[in-house]
Amino acid sequence: MAIGRVGVAAVPARVSLRARVGNLLDREEWLGPVFVSPALFLLLLLVAYPFCMALYFSVSNAFIGRPSHFIGIRNFVNLWGSDAFRQTFQNAFVFTGAAVGFKLVLGLSLAMILNQPLWFKRLIRGAVLLPWVIPTALSTLGWWWMFNSLYSVVNWTGLALGLMDPPGPNWLGQRYYAMTAVVVVNIWRGLPFFVITILAGLVSIPRELYEAAEADGAGPIARFWHVTLPLLKPVLGIVVLFSTIFTFSDFNIVYVLTHGGPINSTHLFATLARQVGLETGRIGEGAAISLYLFPVLMIVVWAQLRFVRKQAY
Amino acid sequence: MTRRKLTQRIAMHLLLVPFLIFALFPFYHMALTSLKQNKELYDRNAVPLLITKGPTLEHYTKLLWDTAFLTWTKNSLLVTVLSTFVSLVIGTIAAYALSRLKFFAVGTLGTGIFVTYLVPTSLLFLPLAQVVNWLGLGDSKWALVVTYPTFLVPFCTWLLMGYFRTVPKEVEECAMVDGATRIQALWRIVLPIAVPGLVCAALFAFTLSWNEFIYALTFTSSSDQITASVGVTSELIRGDIYYWGSLMAGAVLASVPIVVLYVFFLDYYVSGLTAGAIK
Repeated sequence: MAIGRVGVAAVPARVSLRARVGNLLDREEWLGPVFVSPALFLLLLLVAYPFCMALYFSVSNAFIGRPSHFIGIRNFVNLWGSDAFRQTFQNAFVFTGAAVGFKLVLGLSLAMILNQPLWFKRLIRGAVLLPWVIPTALSTLGWWWMFNSLYSVVNWTGLALGLMDPPGPNWLGQRYYAMTAVVVVNIWRGLPFFVITILAGLVSIPRELYEAAEADGAGPIARFWHVTLPLLKPVLGIVVLFSTIFTFSDFNIVYVLTHGGPINSTHLFATLARQVGLETGRIGEGAAISLYLFPVLMIVVWAQLRFVRKQAY
Repeated sequence: MTRRKLTQRIAMHLLLVPFLIFALFPFYHMALTSLKQNKELYDRNAVPLLITKGPTLEHYTKLLWDTAFLTWTKNSLLVTVLSTFVSLVIGTIAAYALSRLKFFAVGTLGTGIFVTYLVPTSLLFLPLAQVVNWLGLGDSKWALVVTYPTFLVPFCTWLLMGYFRTVPKEVEECAMVDGATRIQALWRIVLPIAVPGLVCAALFAFTLSWNEFIYALTFTSSSDQITASVGVTSELIRGDIYYWGSLMAGAVLASVPIVVLYVFFLDYYVSGLTAGAIK
């Protein structure tokens, strides 16, 4: 920094514009804002502004191609009178709870297996991560075909193994089965994130702690409860928070697999908002539905800032 | 290796089998379906786990010549490459400023970036569609080039802030003592050290925008503007008639670019996934 200031003092009074800009850019208090401004401009225009619009839409009776009027919180209140919305509200919690719970348990188990000495470790890790990398909309098409009512390979396998009675469940046509299918695909797609992140946490636990616990006579189960879990808690917390917000706001899987059906039994906020806001044109109501995602986002952000920020600074 | 250790290791591999089947079977089934002849595909008595009547490429040729699949893929590539590049540039300079420089409101801005990183795309797509229309980009792939950076920039910035913090400040200060300006020091010293981070951010930005679905579905609809994911999921389904073979062929082909990157850069994906969440 000192160098930059000396440079400024040494130049004669009449300097070219280029040199003056160059000197300014050498100072942190100028370069910083210049470097941040493109990102700031983009996020103000395309995130903050649309967010304000969403707030405005949600308190108006906006309809595609028609002037809108302020109607207060009527959208938010009226939604509770709609069966579709009440069902969606319930779905969102069932879906998120079940998916995140399973991902946590399965992710922890798989991460602990992968933390053992294995052959072909890199290859196995690559295979485990694959569902996370492939475009969700496309891999969900694959699942759609696997759950097809006539040619379901899931049912074929279930029947062949004697686990199901013919003809087997109509996965996407019956409400509880449809919810199960949607949750299964979400687990399939989200599990790699849990596994890889938890594995990184497991690797960072010092081996000496396990040796000390073993010396004190702790068995494998006691070591898991008293060494692994407490030390993994921050990582688990962060993974669960991240996954909660992205599962709660999921769109792709439900849209491709069931379109929210049968009879709204798998609708989530995002898919219902799209249906109401775009397909039927009631933007105000659609925006209000989307905004029900916001409290969850706030809670996650608040918790993340406490966890993550504490580590970063 | 002792006998006990060997049995233990084999047991671990056996425990892995159900997880691996769960992870990989959908891809196997997808690829298999895309290669089956129709008469086998729609034969309910056939074993669905194998191809018994010989493979065929007819679904692929149908997809490539009878649909606009190549146009969709070109759109996807254009949108992905441009938005990745733009986001990487904007994200890099923002991350450098936020992690290295002291200036007005730097802490608040850093927090703001992190908060926008957490905002899901499904929260804002309705009003964003209006903004896109006002910008005159309705039903155009350029709408995606403009809007994808809204989630890519926070991600790249957040990831790169972590990387820049690991570059020792002294390296940069040395260069500046030797007469380099701050921008020269960034360009010649800091960025070369941070190359792994930049590769990681680029890979993730590429993957995230290639995989993006809800914006593409909402902002574009004409067959010559949509991306591969939207094209395959919406244009290949006509009413109640599904062309399952071509549908699966489309899903396989549209995943190829990501799979190629993935195979070559697996370690970057692993480190980026953990860094994005934890750092």
